[in-house]
Amino acid sequence: MAFFKDSNLITDPLGDDNPITIQVLGICSALAITAELEASIVMSVAVLFVMGVGNVVVSLMRNMIPSKIRIIVQLIVVATLVIIVDLVLKAFAYELSKTLSVFVGLIITNCIIMGRFEAFALANGPWRSFLDGIGNAFGYALILIIVGFFRELLGSGTLLGIEVLGNPIDKTGVYAYGYENNGFMLLAPMALITVGIIIWIQRSRNPALVED
Amino acid sequence: MGLKQNLHNFKEKNKDKKWLPLFNAFHTFLYAPNEVTHNGTHIKGADDLKRTMNTVIMALIPCLIFGMFNAGYQHHFAIGEISQVSGGFFSPEFWTLDNLSIGAWKILPLVIVSYGVGLFVEFIFAVKNGHEVEEGYLVTGMLVPLIVPVDIPLWMLAVAVVFGVVLGKEVFGGTGMNILNPALLIRAFLFFAYPTWMTGDKVWVHGADPRVQDIAEGASADVISGETILGSLAQNSTEMMDSTQELWNAFYGFIPGSVGETSTLLILIGAIFLIFSKIGSWRIMLSAVVGALIMGLIFNFVVDSEWITGSSKFYGLMSTTFWHHLMIGGFAFGVVYMATDPVTASQTNKGKWIYGFLIGFIAVLIRVFNPAYPEGIMLAILLMNVFAPTIDHYVVQGNVKMRAKRLKAKTA
Repeated sequence: MAFFKDSNLITDPLGDDNPITIQVLGICSALAITAELEASIVMSVAVLFVMGVGNVVVSLMRNMIPSKIRIIVQLIVVATLVIIVDLVLKAFAYELSKTLSVFVGLIITNCIIMGRFEAFALANGPWRSFLDGIGNAFGYALILIIVGFFRELLGSGTLLGIEVLGNPIDKTGVYAYGYENNGFMLLAPMALITVGIIIWIQRSRNPALVED
Repeated sequence: MGLKQNLHNFKEKNKDKKWLPLFNAFHTFLYAPNEVTHNGTHIKGADDLKRTMNTVIMALIPCLIFGMFNAGYQHHFAIGEISQVSGGFFSPEFWTLDNLSIGAWKILPLVIVSYGVGLFVEFIFAVKNGHEVEEGYLVTGMLVPLIVPVDIPLWMLAVAVVFGVVLGKEVFGGTGMNILNPALLIRAFLFFAYPTWMTGDKVWVHGADPRVQDIAEGASADVISGETILGSLAQNSTEMMDSTQELWNAFYGFIPGSVGETSTLLILIGAIFLIFSKIGSWRIMLSAVVGALIMGLIFNFVVDSEWITGSSKFYGLMSTTFWHHLMIGGFAFGVVYMATDPVTASQTNKGKWIYGFLIGFIAVLIRVFNPAYPEGIMLAILLMNVFAPTIDHYVVQGNVKMRAKRLKAKTA
């Protein structure tokens, strides 16, 4: 089902080659910032930008980079891009950049990015690298948004800051019936468990993904 | 041969149906199954899984019944209807029908929800995976109502039970495969998810919360003591447990706390029963008590040598006489019924000593240094559950090394 040549570079990471659930990369940010859906989305967009541009840049430079110092070069590329993201966030979305705090800077160490630079961009042309970059970023974003959705809904009773379940203090909506927010959902262990449940569902639907 | 034969025939007829495990579970609960093994010679012990589980449940029943009386007593005491128990264990003001009825009204729903939801999840997984329903939940389902506060909303308990059974047990492969004690996992989930219902001074006594509001609104302020002894010690109050009567009350269990864990006396009887029937490991129980006593002694020593003063926020719990730790909070209950869980504990005898000792040691450590979690035994057991396989590994390796050395010395 190829829409165009190499379209599988985008579709694979969404499903059976997902960077988080299958390659198990980039877990730390998936745990740290998914307590709110908005933060998950912004983080996804930031990673999308860094991955897309970074993969193309590394791919363009791949024949010039001496292999002994390639990690340093890759780090410089990703660090530059992350600083751009960080400054843009600080300029236009200051509150959010405070919520994400250090985790924007930590995109530099996100294993997905370095992993794709190493595994893909160094060996492929710019167009294919671009597709691979945004494909993996979409795969990352998909999981982040699913986790963020459930954590914010069950943990705070809101979605994107909107009180979809009612107000817990005025006891409106479901809170009138004794419902309470699940504080555990806001803690990092529950993010890990949520990712684990996604992995469980994915692998029980497709047993070929189960490793020994 | 009325019912029994009919059941057997019914089973023969429905052999290939998907929901047979569900029927099997009820059937074997009532009767011995009619299947026999055909080949080979077998020696079959009478103490199968079901017998083991039932023994533990029998050991838990006194705690459950006591819990019902205690829930009622604490409720009536808190609203000022009766005075504090002043006699011994058989004080007439405690063992009244009035107390029992309130307790049963509050606690039986907890038991029903715990069993209903837990067994339902087990049935779903059994039918889905095509295996028999295992007896593992029988004990968990009884433990859960005993370790939660009496006023916990039933839907919270249900959510926690689903979480604990699915993620604590079924994902690892069901009964006997779990790493963590499912009952404690359920409690830990409640503890972190709904902390306002699991800690503080208002949750342990039925009706304490509305009572506090009444007083705030101007009702006459009679007795209201909703706090557990551990809770007030963590607030640095030291006046608890200084009279002999209060000590005996704590030992008999006439104190606020989770449903079934207050009576150290009944837990002791349960422990003797478990040890005598060889279901619970006396090594774990003894070493956990020793661990707690040593940690308590260390803290007492720190206080006695005046390294910390009364202004320290740890003073209240640090200065608690070391052996009082055994009677307050859920320590005794956790050590006797949870730490000895044969699946999650260490398997080797030497490992059991280490495992138990560290549980007691860490439980008191968490109690003292983490006032946000006044009860350390839950976290201590969960932590050691994780380490139990590691302990076993090193015990076995140590044994292998020792024997290899001995062999070498012999052959050389």
